[in-house]
Amino acid sequence: MTTDINLFNSMDENAWCPGCGNFGILNALKEALSELDLKPHEVLITSGIGQAAKLPHYINVNGFNGLHGRAVPPAVGAKIANKNLKVIVNTGDGDSYGEGGNHIIHNIRRNIDITHFVHDNQIYGLTKGQGSPTTAKGQKTTLQLEGVKVDPFNPISFAISLGCSFVARAFSGDKEHLVYVMKEAIKHKGYALVDILQPCVSFNKVNTYRWYKERVYKLDKNYDCTNKEEAFKKAFEWGDEGIPIGIIYKEKKSTYIDRTPQLNSKPPLINREWKPVYAEKFMEDFI
Amino acid sequence: MNYNILIGGSAGQGIVTLSQLLSKILKRKGYHIFLNKDYMSRIRGGHNFIQIRFGTEQIFSHSPFIDLIIALDKNTVEIHKEKLNENGKIICDESIDVSSDNLFKLPLKEIAKEVGNSKVFGTAAIGAVLKLFSIPLKDINKIFDEFFDSDLSNKNYQALIRGYELINNHFEYVEPQDKNHIMINGNQAVALGALAAGVSFYSAYPMTPSTGIMTYLAHKEEEAGIVVEQAEDEIAAINMAIGASFAGVRAMTGTSGGGFSLMTESLGLAGITETPLVVIDVQRPGPATGLPTRTEQSDLSFVLTASHGEIPRMVISLRSPADAFYQTARALNIAEKYQVLVILLSDQYLADYVQTIEPFDFKKITIERGIADASSVKENEDYKRYKLTETGVSPRLIPGQIENKTVLADSDEHNECGHITESAEVRTNMMEKRMKKQELLKEEIQEPEYLGAESPDILLVGWGSTYGPIKEAVERLNSENIKVGALIFGDVWPLPKESLEKYAKKVKTIVNIEQNYTGQLAKLIRQETGIKCDKSILKYDGRQINFYEIYSKIKSEVL
Ligand SMILES: Cc1ncc(C[n+]2csc(CCOP(=O)(O)OP(=O)(O)O)c2C)c(N)n1
Repeated sequence: MTTDINLFNSMDENAWCPGCGNFGILNALKEALSELDLKPHEVLITSGIGQAAKLPHYINVNGFNGLHGRAVPPAVGAKIANKNLKVIVNTGDGDSYGEGGNHIIHNIRRNIDITHFVHDNQIYGLTKGQGSPTTAKGQKTTLQLEGVKVDPFNPISFAISLGCSFVARAFSGDKEHLVYVMKEAIKHKGYALVDILQPCVSFNKVNTYRWYKERVYKLDKNYDCTNKEEAFKKAFEWGDEGIPIGIIYKEKKSTYIDRTPQLNSKPPLINREWKPVYAEKFMEDFI
Repeated sequence: MNYNILIGGSAGQGIVTLSQLLSKILKRKGYHIFLNKDYMSRIRGGHNFIQIRFGTEQIFSHSPFIDLIIALDKNTVEIHKEKLNENGKIICDESIDVSSDNLFKLPLKEIAKEVGNSKVFGTAAIGAVLKLFSIPLKDINKIFDEFFDSDLSNKNYQALIRGYELINNHFEYVEPQDKNHIMINGNQAVALGALAAGVSFYSAYPMTPSTGIMTYLAHKEEEAGIVVEQAEDEIAAINMAIGASFAGVRAMTGTSGGGFSLMTESLGLAGITETPLVVIDVQRPGPATGLPTRTEQSDLSFVLTASHGEIPRMVISLRSPADAFYQTARALNIAEKYQVLVILLSDQYLADYVQTIEPFDFKKITIERGIADASSVKENEDYKRYKLTETGVSPRLIPGQIENKTVLADSDEHNECGHITESAEVRTNMMEKRMKKQELLKEEIQEPEYLGAESPDILLVGWGSTYGPIKEAVERLNSENIKVGALIFGDVWPLPKESLEKYAKKVKTIVNIEQNYTGQLAKLIRQETGIKCDKSILKYDGRQINFYEIYSKIKSEVL
């Protein structure tokens, strides 16, 4: 069973640049949701601020377009409130790894069952081309005129080392593969981080479609994504030697909800039955 | 009639346990209790003290006059002996190298050793205390059985009796009034109010003096079926609460000034996304880290406008544990009814003082969620989260609850559907829609509580936790025929004006009493009403003002 993909269409006018890598991600996401037979009202997409973060406007599902860097915490709150919602975060690399870096660390630890799609264009798009945490060292930007002076952040090795239960990389220019990775990530029980390489046609003149296309390669069928050592090796492959895409690391782990008796094997918190008099017994603590 | 006992020592010496046990015993005997803490931000050493006032009538504040000091170190005697009443006494262990006229040196540690547990020396001291106040030992073993396992309970009881035998009656016995009170502090009352009112999710980051709220809720997590989450920082805490509220549960977060500062951007997020949210700021002296374990009321001006941009909000200050309970529940209803931010203001004094009060009436608590159902949106229409309505309040649907309807919230300026817009017209409409709710909130506001003489010459104005000290000062002044009255504000924004304007016309002098440097309530009153306070009593040393300071200042500086 699949959901009619047209149900996910939004009437909102799109503000992305023509040729933007975000379109590939949006289209793949609609396809993935449709193929997973999810209905628009069953899904919540949260985002921060940035070009990527406008995605909730361009797809008809529940959406929470919050603050820059704060895409993840509302997703966590919403998932705790209603564990039946499919909660997905779609937001930029600056939003995820820069302003919101702390939240990734701790939600990997929570292993809460949400999917985090990072639209990684290796640049700050909306604010017109400053370096992002993933911009290559030495790359000139509209702000770093002599080139970025700091080392780039490696989201894949970072996530694996923290014990993230699902770590993947995909490319917005390979839709079929992206849909596959998205579906696996959404189905995964636990925190799933997917770094999606995405050209920024306006501000990143280095990491273009062509640049990515010439470098990305799909992980071999025999690649064992449960082997942490192998995963680390793949995590450090980058640039001219090739960039592996696919599920790089996966681990079975209890989720935040499994670990929380009030949520596990109980109806969702939004359906909690409660009357004020139920708390009357707690006055015993104070006699 | 009431007495004041001070228990002092360095951090880690056990004054908390001792005071808990003693206050529990006195409470169970049927006395009213008021216990307040003065402690330093350290785990060992320094000087901490706890005061227990007990008596036959309800007690609203702490007292600077002491009847009995239980000194666990020499420092305590030296710091506090000047405050002893004429008939006052000090007890301490015989090993402490100190001398004073009214001092009983007792072999407390020796007793503990003989009983077989060095920790029970405090209980021996309690025995001596009870004897000094001529309080019978009947039924106290039952309390020990609740606190300790049977062996320890026995040893404590033995120590208690041995302590009791060490000394003679000293203070006049006052008959307790065996009543069915509860003994609770401000943080616990907030937590219980939140629980009663159906909070299902509380996210916070530990910060003194707000942590007690989270701690109490965490203890009830499984029994009440709620989730308490320790967030990675206050920004996460508030954003989680906003996400949970958006998704349909009652959510709340709490912190102290520093954490509140971190939350400010997200206050605006709650405002523009029209997500109901209650945030409690349990104030401590700032700025920055300030005095972590002490008290102040210096965040009022800040919370009135905290967040860039303009949003509707309600600010309620809490005046006592009873007020804290009912107002927390009320705040949660208002937040959902109007889809607005409600800020509760407490402080360290209120958070930590323990008072005996009437049991809470849970039947008075209602839960009004203000959530719309499928009938609010037509079958073939998209749901408009920000539909323009007469009142400014749009029907609120919960994501996932209605087939084929999706809910979109946005921190950008947005149109009725929640989509980003830069239209000047829509912007104007949306600002007016949100700010209309600020006007609506005026229908909810409660006038300040009036205390004191019917036609006063002097009007005191205060807010929040100074309620107790001001109440006691007013009573004392009134008993000397000084015509003083006081208005103590709970709701501070929107500011209720009726009573204030009424009394301001009649009195000769208005005095604001606040725990801050700049007189933040007085500024607010002037801004909203044009009424100017003639004099100020301001305190910003981190210690709660007591009734006697107010009483004396009124007599020396105002009269
Ligand atoms: C608190 C805060 N700081 C800064 C900004 C400005 N800002 C908006 S988006 C953005 C970065 C966007 O980069 P990224 O997250 O990578 O998204 P992209 O636009 O590239 O998709 C910045 C710095 C903001 N909106 N809020």
